[in-house]
Amino acid sequence: MACVLEAPLRMSVLSEVTASSRHYVDRLFDLDPQKVLQGVIDMKNAVIGNNKQKANLIVLGAVPRLLYLLQQETSSTELRTECAVVLGSLAMGTENNVKSLLDCHIIPALLQGLLSPDLKFIEACLRCLRTIFISPVTPEDLLYTGPDHQTILFNHGAVQNIAHLLVSTSYKVRMQALKCFSVLAFENPQVSMTLVNVSVDGELLPQIFVKMLQRDKPIEMQLTSAKCLTSMCRAGAIRTDDSCIVLKTLPCLVRMCSKERLLEERVEGAETLAYLIETDVELQRIASITDHLIVMLADYFKYPSSVSAITDIKRLDHDLKHAHELRQAAFKLYASLGANDEDIRKKIIETENMMDRIVNGLSESSIKVRLAAVRCLHSLSRSVQQLRTSFQDHAVWKPLMKVLQNAPNEILVVASSTLCNLLLEFSPSKEPILESGAIELLCSLTQSENLALRVNGIWALMNMAFQAEQKIKSDILRGLSTEQLFQLLSDSDVNVLMKTLGLLRNLLSTRPHIDHIMSTHGKQIMQAVTLILEGEHNIEVKEQTLCILANIADGTTAKELIMTNDDILQKIKYYMSHSNAKLQLAAMFCISNLIWNEEEGSQERQDKLRDMGIVDILHKLSQSSDPNLCDKAKTALQQYLA
Amino acid sequence: MYYREIKIQTQCHGKTPKDAASVRATHPIPAACGIYYFEVKIVSKGRDGYMGIGLSAQGVNMNRLPGWDKHSYGYHGDDGHSFCSSGTGQPYGPTFTTGDVIGCCVNLINNTCFYTKNGHSLGMEKLGLQTPGEVVDANFGQHPFVFDIEDYMREWRTKIQAQIDRFPIGDREGEWQTMIQKMVSSYLVHHGYCATAEAFARSTDQTVLEELASIKNRQRIQKLVLAGRMGEAIETTQQLYPSLLERNPNLLFALKVRQFIEMVNGTDSEVRCLGGHSPKSQDSYPVSPRSFSSPSMSPSHGMNIHNLATGKGSSTHFSGFESSCSNGVISNKAHQSYCHSKHTTTSLNVPELNNINVSRSQQVNSYTSNDVDMETDHYSNGVAETSSNGFLNGSSKHDHEMEECDTEMEVDSSQLRRQLCGGSQAAIERMIHFGRELQAMSEQLRRECGKNTANKKMLKDAFSLLAYSDPWSSPVGNQLDPIQREPVCSVLNSAILETHNLPKQPPLALAMGQASQCLGLMARSGIGSCAFATVEDYLH
Repeated sequence: MACVLEAPLRMSVLSEVTASSRHYVDRLFDLDPQKVLQGVIDMKNAVIGNNKQKANLIVLGAVPRLLYLLQQETSSTELRTECAVVLGSLAMGTENNVKSLLDCHIIPALLQGLLSPDLKFIEACLRCLRTIFISPVTPEDLLYTGPDHQTILFNHGAVQNIAHLLVSTSYKVRMQALKCFSVLAFENPQVSMTLVNVSVDGELLPQIFVKMLQRDKPIEMQLTSAKCLTSMCRAGAIRTDDSCIVLKTLPCLVRMCSKERLLEERVEGAETLAYLIETDVELQRIASITDHLIVMLADYFKYPSSVSAITDIKRLDHDLKHAHELRQAAFKLYASLGANDEDIRKKIIETENMMDRIVNGLSESSIKVRLAAVRCLHSLSRSVQQLRTSFQDHAVWKPLMKVLQNAPNEILVVASSTLCNLLLEFSPSKEPILESGAIELLCSLTQSENLALRVNGIWALMNMAFQAEQKIKSDILRGLSTEQLFQLLSDSDVNVLMKTLGLLRNLLSTRPHIDHIMSTHGKQIMQAVTLILEGEHNIEVKEQTLCILANIADGTTAKELIMTNDDILQKIKYYMSHSNAKLQLAAMFCISNLIWNEEEGSQERQDKLRDMGIVDILHKLSQSSDPNLCDKAKTALQQYLA
Repeated sequence: MYYREIKIQTQCHGKTPKDAASVRATHPIPAACGIYYFEVKIVSKGRDGYMGIGLSAQGVNMNRLPGWDKHSYGYHGDDGHSFCSSGTGQPYGPTFTTGDVIGCCVNLINNTCFYTKNGHSLGMEKLGLQTPGEVVDANFGQHPFVFDIEDYMREWRTKIQAQIDRFPIGDREGEWQTMIQKMVSSYLVHHGYCATAEAFARSTDQTVLEELASIKNRQRIQKLVLAGRMGEAIETTQQLYPSLLERNPNLLFALKVRQFIEMVNGTDSEVRCLGGHSPKSQDSYPVSPRSFSSPSMSPSHGMNIHNLATGKGSSTHFSGFESSCSNGVISNKAHQSYCHSKHTTTSLNVPELNNINVSRSQQVNSYTSNDVDMETDHYSNGVAETSSNGFLNGSSKHDHEMEECDTEMEVDSSQLRRQLCGGSQAAIERMIHFGRELQAMSEQLRRECGKNTANKKMLKDAFSLLAYSDPWSSPVGNQLDPIQREPVCSVLNSAILETHNLPKQPPLALAMGQASQCLGLMARSGIGSCAFATVEDYLH
């Protein structure tokens, strides 16, 4: 009953509002332009701060009419300006308002307005555009036509036009200009290189940026100018040993990581610093001793200091987001710090609970954190000492293998690269990793579309095969399958090819292994070798291939596969006279192994090779000016004399 | 900013391996310097490389590295540990050696210190100083620091100023604003800017405590005094405030002495009549051309504190300094650490902590000269010794402004011819006669009120003017300077206000004086933040 009573009442209120709203809209259609103008002005005053009125006007179709008036060449500039103002006011309302405006294609109309000669009209259009683009419901690509926004802006003279705003008397303007530069220059060498030579009032931009990161400037300004200088440094526009980097930018970024800073500042500071020092060991060393940075970063893991009540979902969510951001930033910075210097890695690992934190990070729900944790682990895994000690103590391989099971490619790349290091022969993790089914995993990586994953997969297998026992070698061959091996040997990427050849070389070491593998896969391997020696490959690839042949020649039964293959023998002969000494040497290794005296059947092999004219070549080479070739040739000839 | 440098060479004839040679500055760090910094360059680490840099109290054993003993802190080169009054150090930073520049910064605002290596800050340490430390180095030089200490100081200056700016004032219902308005209003009233005071009171909806007529009376008297027309000033005072001067014989005496001086000057009305000038037509108050633009302007009163401010820096002259040392204390009598603040530190009662800025222990069995060379640079954002007695009570200074009452000005008369009493013989006689009366008054005063050295000196100085043929360029000639009218004027103004139960100095001046005094007290108590705040910063 109550509902029935209430409904008409609501209706009447609504119709009342609508009636007045309709009046406003009607006036937009007046024939007298002066009355239309007054109508728009009245509408402007009516909608300010009145969300209900805004919604009503939109429903009643005011937007298309306003846009029509705004675009009409015959409209006076005053009218067009007032229309833009009203539209801007409508955009200030709810997200639905913005959506309605977008649906009416307001953006092109406003952009067109920017071409007007009237500054007031342009300003009104800009204000409206700004309001619309600030809203989360507006897709960014409405404004940009291509992905490379930096270049578009750069090509339109953004640098020159914004530069002078850096010395504006208004702080807000200076700050916005600085922000523009930090975004324009970010990972953009072209922009960064240009910035170094731009000057404003006789002062170069780097000098202006340095002034802006003085310690009495607002934090926001210090941080943003440090970002600009960082981009310029990474682009090679400023040297890494320049005092403005070493004594200004770096210390400023370290200060941003301090507990006193806001969470966002700490995150941004650490990320920027990680980027700045990523490839320069000297900067890594300086950062590592500055203000106890390594210890300071440990605080990033202590947020939030108190656990909020489960009921406070909003705060819980906020805390969680910030905790993730802080952790991934810290991991990134640790990764950069420990990229090259053994002492720094040691200091990082000795930081309280560091290995536990990394291990926990590997299984975080947030991909960002997981990726950063893997990067950190990767950086630290370059230390031989740490591989033997803390990596083993914390059984790091376990979570790492887990990460590898099911992760997006960007994580897989770093994780598999880390696995490569953990599979080095001196690493105690090698055994347990093998037992946990790594071969299968790595073999599957070699089939990936992603080049980096293929390289890492085959690389890890190569490391795994180094001085391994026969069972492992057989497992690798079986897991990989001959087809896949051939696939890899014909990979378009030379890195993949080299690592595959390296794997073959590692597989074919020690005589029993050589004979065993050649007895099972001899035919295919000989085919592959022939193929590569005939193909268009660089010297390193051919050298590696000849080394494989030399290994095969070292076998007892495997030798015969070469001796019975005249094609291969002719190729070896050819490379003995090649213009490249490396290839000559590698070919000679094959010959040496084939004619070695003490072995069974050596006489027959020597005879056959002499008939092929090998001895003549050896005599010639023994006169070579290259001492290595000369020695090797002489040693070989001695086998004939004995 | 001063940078100092000196090379320290130790010549050690060490007998035991534990021998250490320390160098400590003779002058302590002034507690109120706020932030103190010095740098040392290790030219050669010596044979074993045991080196420490840090701070120590006076009296701490000089044969040991800083940090090992009580009341000392140090950062050691061989292990990179920091020592805090203990034989066992904490891991702190990297090791240092030959070629490195090591710095030590003491922040007395938050009681922390940090060391630097080659310009890189190594991280903050808490200083456990219970009492403000005092440390100084021994070394002078001209090299800029490797570490950007100026930038660090900028940060702290900004921090302190932000703290002051954001100080909670507990504003309840515009209380704060009302108080500020009252202060401004009372200041205007005090100095007799009646038109401005009235306008201000009207626009801020306040009542002026003193009646307008009364302000105008005071202003009239002040104008007379400042114009050098003392006789009229005294007369007017006696008319308007009949018992005032009777109750203040010393004030009357001071006014009369000033009248005597003005007679010599030729400006007092009594002698001016005799000199044939119209008493109202001449005025010897110096005129600055710029002041003419506002004819209705009242005398403008500059704050006394400005005068003090202009004198700053004069005490920080720095003379070249050489010192030689071998294994011990560098004597440094001429020490003046770099200073920029204006607080007196002459009477520090706090325990002193001295600094060992360089020390090394070494195992030496043979003579080694040139064994260790160290260059140290020094810097402190310290304390200067300017006498800052704060605020002279209610004194005010005219900024060369000239009131234009009913007078026409003859700008040149007093400046072109300076003759005793305006050059008139009758006037000179009148002046001599007046002098005798003054002498008699002085004697009578002494009989009634006892000896008064101030009065005696005042009279003596005034009479001394007659001993010179050209009193204006005599050693006591400054008394004739119109600026000397101001203290008298101010005292008289204060006395009149007191009779109305009004404060004898305006609350604004009082507040400023108090702020200055507070800063001085902070300096003496070793509260470092005072180094970054001055009253002048807030007077624009």
